[in-house]
Amino acid sequence: MSAAPVDPIDATAARGDAIAEPVLVAEGLEKSFFGVSVLHGVGLTLRSGEVHGLVGENGAGKSTFMKILAGVYERDAGTITLGGTQVDFSHPVQAAQAGLATVFQEFNLLPDRTVAQNVFLGREPRKRGLVDRTAMVRETRALLDELGIEGVDADAPVRTLTVAEQQIVEIVKALSVDARVIQMDEPTAALADHEVELLYAIVRRLAARGVAILYVSHRLKEIFDLCDTITVLKDGALVSSGPASELDTDELVRRMVGRPISAYFPEVEEGTVLGEPRLELRGAGNGYVDDVDLELRAGEIVGVAGLQGSGRTELVEALFGIAPFTRGEMLLDGQSVRMTSPRQAVQAGLALITEDRKSQGLALNQSVADNALLVIRSVFSRRTGAVHRELPGVLSSLEVASRGVDQEVQYLSGGNQQKVVLAKWLATKPRVVLLDEPTRGIDVGAKVAVYHLMRRLAKEGVAILMISSELPEVIGMSDRIVVMHDGRASAELPARSDEATILSAATGTLRIGGEEAR
Amino acid sequence: MSTTAPATPPASTPTPRRSRRRRLDASLIVGIALVGVIIIGAVLVASVGRNFFSAGNIRDILTGMSVLGFVAIGQTLVILCASLDLSVPYVVSLSSLIAADLMAGNPANIPVAVLVVLVVAALIGLANGLIVTKLRVNGFIATLGTGLIIKGYLDTNYKGTSGEVPWEFQLIGATGIGPVPVSTLIMLAIAVAGAFFLARTRTGSHMFAVGGNEQVARLSGIRTARPVLVAHMLCSITAALAGLLLASRLGVGSPTVGTQGGYALLSIAAVVLGGTLLLGGRGSIWGTIGGVAIFAVVDNVMSVMQVNPFLKDVVRGVVIVAAVAVYTARITERRRPRFTSTGETDAAGGGITGGGPGAGSAGQGTPAVVQEEQA
Repeated sequence: MSAAPVDPIDATAARGDAIAEPVLVAEGLEKSFFGVSVLHGVGLTLRSGEVHGLVGENGAGKSTFMKILAGVYERDAGTITLGGTQVDFSHPVQAAQAGLATVFQEFNLLPDRTVAQNVFLGREPRKRGLVDRTAMVRETRALLDELGIEGVDADAPVRTLTVAEQQIVEIVKALSVDARVIQMDEPTAALADHEVELLYAIVRRLAARGVAILYVSHRLKEIFDLCDTITVLKDGALVSSGPASELDTDELVRRMVGRPISAYFPEVEEGTVLGEPRLELRGAGNGYVDDVDLELRAGEIVGVAGLQGSGRTELVEALFGIAPFTRGEMLLDGQSVRMTSPRQAVQAGLALITEDRKSQGLALNQSVADNALLVIRSVFSRRTGAVHRELPGVLSSLEVASRGVDQEVQYLSGGNQQKVVLAKWLATKPRVVLLDEPTRGIDVGAKVAVYHLMRRLAKEGVAILMISSELPEVIGMSDRIVVMHDGRASAELPARSDEATILSAATGTLRIGGEEAR
Repeated sequence: MSTTAPATPPASTPTPRRSRRRRLDASLIVGIALVGVIIIGAVLVASVGRNFFSAGNIRDILTGMSVLGFVAIGQTLVILCASLDLSVPYVVSLSSLIAADLMAGNPANIPVAVLVVLVVAALIGLANGLIVTKLRVNGFIATLGTGLIIKGYLDTNYKGTSGEVPWEFQLIGATGIGPVPVSTLIMLAIAVAGAFFLARTRTGSHMFAVGGNEQVARLSGIRTARPVLVAHMLCSITAALAGLLLASRLGVGSPTVGTQGGYALLSIAAVVLGGTLLLGGRGSIWGTIGGVAIFAVVDNVMSVMQVNPFLKDVVRGVVIVAAVAVYTARITERRRPRFTSTGETDAAGGGITGGGPGAGSAGQGTPAVVQEEQA
């Protein structure tokens, strides 16, 4: 961090007399949708300067809880006290004006508008009735400086920013209302590991200023790294709320899922045989990746690590024929192939689970069945009938919690949506499965289900390539680890390599085979 | 982002450069296209022994611009809000009739007639806006409906031209300063006002927000109905101005003058030609004016060359499709390559660090594969 001096910009920071002073108290919150109770009697106390972790599986009620605090949903019962007065927000803007700002999980930014326009959206400063653009830019810069952020142009359209920078804009937006409480819903969901560090620094800086932070994340490591207090929800009810120091990962997971997950990452399934090379690359490259050598054998799970933008997604897109390789050689079961379209890739037995499930993996307003049958119908239409008949069985074996195959997938939780994506590809009986961030934004239970599925596929002789920004996942699941850096495979590391080694390869500080990977 | 890991420094340089390019983009391309069309046009016109840049021809082009210009300015606002207005041709016709009837040849009636026309148009726009925002009817259907209602009224009550426009009012359509018609000046003034409105008022800003992502706008505390209502009202009002201008030129009101001009689809085409996203949230008035100018130049060249009128439509159609194809190509252009075809690091392209694959998930509604930031 460039150490800009931190001075509290406002007097709200009740730091002196703080520590014990609760700034937000929620008690007995109840909420049901269409007669289904999703939150019963949940409450917590937030103190200024505290980072308060809120954890629970998807569907545990975290988002509902936050949305009630933020004024998105109306509560059925319960009280919320902010700074000593009881409040009743009916709109997020009302809450923000009272000092309770929320950074929602979905980005609430307009890509075509500038950073400053986004930060001040809905309350643009005015001078003589006209929008005061200079003031808007000036104040946005001041807020960015205050957080020690350099390189984000207040005048640049948001679409030109990286995901991490967009996340920062969201936080700046929350800050610009002088918030005493900031809720963050999965703020790191879209960030790579090194960007998470920046977010940590910002969160700590805010806490040091006396802001109370309610932090929701599926990444338990973050919860322990950042939070002073942890509140656990399960099935819409409060499980526990207390100091983070009294918990460890195992205990936390046990409280969240109600059962211990001793083996978070399943061991290699018995009877898994490492077979012949399924997929090989020899010096393959195109406009986005270069000189990639890769061998993927039947029954093997190869993890791909690397920073955001290092070319990981571009690699699988090239393999899948979206942006075909223009150099080098690609072999499938020993046969040289030129993959020039996704259709060809599917026919050749490849499957790609994309990182952005909502825009690339699913047709959100179509049914579970339509989504699960999508590839089969369009590529192997003769098998549609059979797959359709087997579908309910497949879905239940994947433990997809839906109201049936006719439910629109947009109403499913992230984990269940991802399972539908997996069902879609399993129906093609793939021989090579490419997974791009397969567990992004899904809960612990669903993650474990995905891991087990990967192991099962490996046992069946499928070759698996998994991209992940979560290093524990890469380390826990991979039989081999390929690290991408700057469009090239900068290192190939054995299973169980440590985080430090992977990171140094990903940032280009590790030298491999005499060639400096910059 | 220089605060993070060692890998990021290259990212800090492209960011400002990229953003500057981006802002030039849309209007620049329209401008280039316009210049290209003018050059081609001038050559073609010269080939039949005429002067494209003669005062008379310039006046013809500018005159051709003003009516569509009015309509397209309003249409731009509506499309920015992610709506559409198909009722404009009927508003144009209705306005010309109301104006001519009320004026009835008497110059003293001009102010009242103009006022009534504008009020009626504003009410139609308000109705359009309310149907879109309150009844949640898609703008396409809503304005198709109101357009048909007005058409029905016109067809039942008017069998042909009607009313009489006094000579004083006809001057607006007939006079000019040098080669520049007064009507064009008024149209450009409205364009300036519109651009200022979009850039400097909250309601203008909020049009981009509502059109870009209504949910985001709502969660930011914007009353999302208001910009849409205002846009529809302003659109009907600019259509009424077009109607007034046509009445001034014709000397009478006509129930078919709007539909004959094809202003509904032509105005939408001009807006899109001007680089405004049909999905809303991005665009500019000046792009639209550029689009209108391109149409005017193309039409003029074809008139001068005495092209078969049916072929005219073919050319117009080609222009529209080609323009949108170019934009789409720009939009779907992939991430800038990092490597050249021989595998050399593309020095200019540098890092794709800025705007990695995940950027597509940032609520843009575009798949991550179709990055357009570097287009």
